[in-house]
Amino acid sequence: MSESLLVKYSLFILFLPLLGFIVTLLLGKKVPKIFIFENLVMFVSLVLSGILLFVKLTSFADVAVTSEFIWIDFGNVPLIGSITITLGVLLDDISSIMIVIVMLISFLVHLFSVDYMKGDIRYNRYFAYLGLFTFSMAGIVITSNMLMMYIFWELVGISSYLLIGFWYEKKSASDAGKKAFIVNRIGDLGMLAGLLILFATYQTFTFQEIFVEIAKGNLPFNSGFWLTVTGILIFCGAIGKSAQFPLHVWLPDAMEGPTPVSALIHAATMVAAGVYLVVRIFGILTADAMLFIAAIGALSAFIPATIALTQNDIKKVLAYSTISQLGYMILALGVGAYKFAFFHLITHAFFKACLFLGSGSVIHAMHHEQDINNMGGLRKKMPITYATFLISALAISGIPLTSGFLSKDGILSGTFAFGSLTGHWLFPAVGFFVALLTAFYMFRLVILTFHGEPRNKEKYEHARESSFVMVLPLVVLAGLSFFLWYTPNPIDPEAGWFYSDWIETPVLHTPESERFDFMVEDAVSTEPGEHGVMYSQAYTNALHHVHGPAVILSLTVALLGILLAFLMYQWKKINPDKLAERFKPLYKFSLNKWYFDEFYDRTFVAGTLGLARFIAKFDLKVIDGIVDGSAAVTKAFSKFIGKFDNIVIDGLVNLSAYLSGFIGLLFRRLQTGKVQTYLVLVVFSLVILLFLFKSI
Amino acid sequence: MLEISLTHFLVVSSILFCLGIYGVVTRKNAVMVLMGIELILNASNINFIAFARYGNFGLQGQMVALFVIVLAAAEAAIALAIVLNVYKTFVNINVDELDTLRD
Repeated sequence: MSESLLVKYSLFILFLPLLGFIVTLLLGKKVPKIFIFENLVMFVSLVLSGILLFVKLTSFADVAVTSEFIWIDFGNVPLIGSITITLGVLLDDISSIMIVIVMLISFLVHLFSVDYMKGDIRYNRYFAYLGLFTFSMAGIVITSNMLMMYIFWELVGISSYLLIGFWYEKKSASDAGKKAFIVNRIGDLGMLAGLLILFATYQTFTFQEIFVEIAKGNLPFNSGFWLTVTGILIFCGAIGKSAQFPLHVWLPDAMEGPTPVSALIHAATMVAAGVYLVVRIFGILTADAMLFIAAIGALSAFIPATIALTQNDIKKVLAYSTISQLGYMILALGVGAYKFAFFHLITHAFFKACLFLGSGSVIHAMHHEQDINNMGGLRKKMPITYATFLISALAISGIPLTSGFLSKDGILSGTFAFGSLTGHWLFPAVGFFVALLTAFYMFRLVILTFHGEPRNKEKYEHARESSFVMVLPLVVLAGLSFFLWYTPNPIDPEAGWFYSDWIETPVLHTPESERFDFMVEDAVSTEPGEHGVMYSQAYTNALHHVHGPAVILSLTVALLGILLAFLMYQWKKINPDKLAERFKPLYKFSLNKWYFDEFYDRTFVAGTLGLARFIAKFDLKVIDGIVDGSAAVTKAFSKFIGKFDNIVIDGLVNLSAYLSGFIGLLFRRLQTGKVQTYLVLVVFSLVILLFLFKSI
Repeated sequence: MLEISLTHFLVVSSILFCLGIYGVVTRKNAVMVLMGIELILNASNINFIAFARYGNFGLQGQMVALFVIVLAAAEAAIALAIVLNVYKTFVNINVDELDTLRD
């Protein structure tokens, strides 16, 4: 298979969901069964992407297959030179793996939705939107340049908006859609600014060309500081899309959308796009930018984890856990653990999609009950859902034999190594603490939902295991949460094919003065064969050094978290209510989500509204005042003109008429009609004339 | 003995002209008005003849005078016809009452 065929495959994968979207949207109302077409298209895309991945990894390993075409040619622009904007496809190992994951989860979610959404009034439109989303996500994954990524970035934004607000009759749903869209816009603004800086400097959007230029030492505005700024600005896009602190507030609200959508968009793929973006631009991040990214990641891992402890809505808990896990990935990228971040992105996509679909299955069975206080005991009624949910919960908690253990452990080792190399010990501390919290709140969720006695008997009686098409995706995703897919050694991910061959740590392009010391390559680390080469021997050594303790520590905190959850909710040794009473301020703080929404409402929303109100007032008073004033002046002026017209002009006209009348009155006497009178006048006149001209 | 000069003729013709004008202006009867016009014409005739006699004009004065006489005859015929028609229409020939021109 040649490279061009590979590119054609990727274009098929990209455009088939678009075809599905268009067909389903246009025929949705006329053909009730059209959703089957959408599902079929997704299946074909999935198969194609599987073939693509296989061919890529077997025939073109370590080769980035690119294909570009010129989209817009501006020709020779004065002062700048020739500018062309190209679009294109970049198929390297990462994008090939990513596209399969996107297609797989998208297909499974399609399948799950067939039953979950049954009976909805906009059934076919729902599938059309899913198709649009899949198209956009595939575009982000396989693009070779930032402009195209930005375009698809916005496209996933709009499909996310459409799907969050899918039940727009509900005010909270339409509000959540708007909130997601607007909050994302803030991040995207930063990303756009970053893109423009890059384009202004290099006149190209293509990743590879930008990397080459930076590697040559061409920096924006010739300063490392601006390279840092550019990296952070582009990262702003990831803050918005991946719901990182401080823009994380939209994701919990986005749970108003249908649950399969939450699984696909707000857990597995779209929110991972931010991480994917950072993965793509990893090579141009400076040390300062990475520190910023790590800090944001740590905050985003920590804050939502504390919030998730006290939430009672099954989907809200999962949403906060998603933010927390995305924070982990961002943190990992910030500390340089590139491979582990991408690995966690993949494993998280599977087990979090499984958790969400599992919660969807529960919600479906409980007739749209989402409060875990009304659940309990569902283990007996829904054994398969319970089993898959439990496996995924184990994976997210980081228990050995699961994929989550491998990736999370890698991230924690990364932060540990980073701490030992730079002295930033807060990052590993936060990482391990969040691991504890994660294990605790996940098992709180599992126990309250599936264990114990049913707290709502009536709903419990009606609950039953979901149908085949809903259970199948759960089983597949739970199956993918086992370690065996990634590595044969359940405690050492480095032994697996995944790390060694597929995910290569990228070459850094930033000037060495702008990197962390440990990221400057030394002679030893560049030797081929040493798998898992991480920048420098120092870093590799540190990683190996901390790996053992990190494994033990992470396992300890995970088990501790699970034990705590069992103590509090299963065996009731510790009364959670009393605990909440004792730490009431903390409990309230967590329950109210750190008052982020209130804070934003008071500051930004109120500020915006206040500004709008002020401008409205200004408009009403000043602008309208000016308009009204000019109207009044015109009116007065025209009144004056009217008076002038009436009196002076009309007066003159009337006067002339009056004069004519008066003169006419004077002379009408002469007009007697009698010939003799006229004659007398003639004679008199003649006499007078004679008298006058006598002298001449 | 006073020699008869051009001035005498002119005085006579002036008197005649004034009498004619007076007649035209004061008479109420249309026929009398016509007669006044005849007087005016004759006054002019006297002038023509007198200037022809005393000036060095040859026979031109007499020629014009003859023309005027012919003209007067024609005029009298036409005017009388008009007066006749006026009478037919208004049943009088009093020029004072013929003031429909005013309207």
